[in-house]
Amino acid sequence: MITRRDFFATVGGGIVVFLIPDGCDAQESGGGRRRGFNQRLPEQISAWMHIAEDGTVTVYTGKVEVGQNSRTSLSMAVAEELRAPLSSIHMVMGDTTLTPFDMGTFGSRTTPTMWPQLRKVAATAREALMDLAAKQWKADRTALKVESGKVLWNSHSASFGELTKGQKLAMNVSSSAPLTPATEWRVAGKPTLKVSAHEIVTGRHKYPYDIQRPGMLYGKVLYPPAFGAKLASFDASAAKAIHGVTVVHEGDFVAIAAPEPDAADRALAALKAEWTPAPPQPSSSSDMASYYENNAEGGLSPKAAQSYNIAYIAHVPLEPRAAVAEWSGDKVTVWTGSQRPFGVRSELASHFSIPETSVHVMMPDTGAAYGGKHTGDAALEAARIAKVAGRPVRRGWTRQEEMTWAYFRPGGVIKASATVSADGIIQTWSFDNYNSGPSGLNSPYHVPQGNEHFHRSKAALREGSYRGLAATANHFARESYMDELAHSVSMDPLEFRLKNTTDERLRNVIQAAADRFGWKDHKKTAGHGFGIAAGFEKGGYIATCAEVRVERPGGAVKVLRVVESFECGAIVNPLQLENQIEGAIMMGLGGALFEQIEFANGKILNDRLARYRVPRFTDMPAIEVVLLDRKDIPSAGAGETPIVGIAPAVANAIFDVTGVRLRSLPLAPKGVNVS
Amino acid sequence: MELEVNGTRRRINVDAGRSLLSVLRDDLNLTGTKYGCGEGQCAACTVLLDGVPTRSCLARVGSVGKKRVMTIEGLAHDGHLHHVQQAFIDEDALQCGYCTGGMILGAVALLRENPKPTDAEIVQSMNGHICRCGTYPRIIRAIHAAARKGGRA
Repeated sequence: MITRRDFFATVGGGIVVFLIPDGCDAQESGGGRRRGFNQRLPEQISAWMHIAEDGTVTVYTGKVEVGQNSRTSLSMAVAEELRAPLSSIHMVMGDTTLTPFDMGTFGSRTTPTMWPQLRKVAATAREALMDLAAKQWKADRTALKVESGKVLWNSHSASFGELTKGQKLAMNVSSSAPLTPATEWRVAGKPTLKVSAHEIVTGRHKYPYDIQRPGMLYGKVLYPPAFGAKLASFDASAAKAIHGVTVVHEGDFVAIAAPEPDAADRALAALKAEWTPAPPQPSSSSDMASYYENNAEGGLSPKAAQSYNIAYIAHVPLEPRAAVAEWSGDKVTVWTGSQRPFGVRSELASHFSIPETSVHVMMPDTGAAYGGKHTGDAALEAARIAKVAGRPVRRGWTRQEEMTWAYFRPGGVIKASATVSADGIIQTWSFDNYNSGPSGLNSPYHVPQGNEHFHRSKAALREGSYRGLAATANHFARESYMDELAHSVSMDPLEFRLKNTTDERLRNVIQAAADRFGWKDHKKTAGHGFGIAAGFEKGGYIATCAEVRVERPGGAVKVLRVVESFECGAIVNPLQLENQIEGAIMMGLGGALFEQIEFANGKILNDRLARYRVPRFTDMPAIEVVLLDRKDIPSAGAGETPIVGIAPAVANAIFDVTGVRLRSLPLAPKGVNVS
Repeated sequence: MELEVNGTRRRINVDAGRSLLSVLRDDLNLTGTKYGCGEGQCAACTVLLDGVPTRSCLARVGSVGKKRVMTIEGLAHDGHLHHVQQAFIDEDALQCGYCTGGMILGAVALLRENPKPTDAEIVQSMNGHICRCGTYPRIIRAIHAAARKGGRA
């Protein structure tokens, strides 16, 4: 295992730039510009970059790539400020030894935080290279240009590597290095293809599930038959009789390692275990609404006008959790799909009581996460089994394990009450979310403040993060209720929304979506309904219009067309942004219409894709995306917020055509009751 | 037993009851074929058997016989991408990319049967493939783009 210090000893000549985050004392870390690599490596750095003598630029960040395409957008940040070709930039991401500490990749923070940080790093290097060139050429520095990875002056031209002339130059980020304004971007802001696409379409990219190590064993874990059940007794003799099988038994943790995957399956099946059932579970998925309220901290709120229910749903990343762990003495190396590689490092260090420096976690770009890969479950299992087996172990979760033992988007209940004047102005407003979460709780409209609350309650299942967090639930409830309020005063839902906000950015996205959709002109078509929803979350403004058809008889819902407008400041990569928005609409359709985890008596009843329906090609509406580019506003992240508009837009469209107001997600797993 | 994979005969010593998916990934190190569900519901494990798209998680290796197996690793020739692969890149028809290998092989098989499919034909043919990132509209565009280029099938 190499350490950071070893790494810097081995890195070749060229320039290294460190980024010390705001608020840290640069002097404490060595400060300023330094020569050579012999000094102590700064501890508090959030990114670094190396420009090698051959011009290769390697950037180190603790952020990870989970399909949101940050590998591309972060490369663009560096290419933009360094004036270097995108192809010369190589990103090392989410490696706890090579990359600086990072809390994790969540909350749409990569674009608002790491993206500008890497621009500063690259701008500092660019300015330093210009300094070097001016000195070497005895040139007027202001006459220098940097283009295509070269510094240019009159007839002079030198690549970045040539300028460093074999020296090793180390420096901290300079706050004086000028950043390129968005209006002058030449790389950023332009549609840019995914930098890792070639290795993906050829099947060469190694996902966590694909990592193989010499002598690697296959790990399996014996899970209880229901949540909370305790191991009473077990007999491993039949499993141990299978050639090459190791059985791990530590308390309630029982696991298998075998040299072939089928032997691991057979050994797992051969374990004979008796379980003490947990006390009866307090709830099942058919009985959740009253559960959250009855278990709310601080008791019940006064009766509300309307109530909206949110079901538990699963992330279903196509690549289930997976990890490979390999011990060397008391040090462990782990490859795993995680949004928090440094968090996984802490989990492992804590479990094995070893220093974090003895744990090296790497995160190969993973087969998606959607908020579902914050924890180190598979990594810990792999490391526990590998430690006992004395060989590297891969622990790849099955789909059923992924849909049972991971965590879920929290369910909840949301209560809303309001009064509206006859001319459509909201006079009073209260909004209470039980259990599902506080994200997106506050109305972006002009409403009296102080009556929006999140109430913790008791989880019925293991809960965790999910793309957009509770902003999906809160936008569903709020935007459905806004529709109900509009109808209560016989106003057009679009007009009602515009009437209750003076926020220019919100009005712009609403108007842009409505215009493209043709809201004002839409004619009543038999069986077709039209709905609109809008919102604001994590720096992004969104408006969504949906056209649905409801079959009669039967009540099957087909979403025919979706127009979504989005504004998140200056657009970093319009192609990537469109792709994220389209994907969020598709994924959001599942939670809107039919996805829900069914459970009873401590068991997940639909723990496989044959029983848990996710959106497919046939569910796809015609999707149109309207991007609003605000070059005057810093870029915000966009991986999450585009998901929040689809559920209320569809619910409102269903009401428009059927007169049936659906107040529970999913809206219509078995169709709308239109008898 | 012997298996012809991507134009090469491979001798393997495995139980005939093993899934083709596991043998490809774990014995032949062809990890471009993905595990997604193990029940034929997601098609991330799609390979072509004599050109026919097949869910390798359900297929037993002993049932392959003399059929030629093509995995995503075998699609490009001499470093030149198949036009379906190139179209997926050009149309940005992927996010995490975990479904992409299976999608591309499904699309290759579709275009062999139907060189100029309509939207509806693509949707019907590809509906067994799940892209949880939701790039379906882009995949459809990529398949149309590949169909326009035609060429080597």
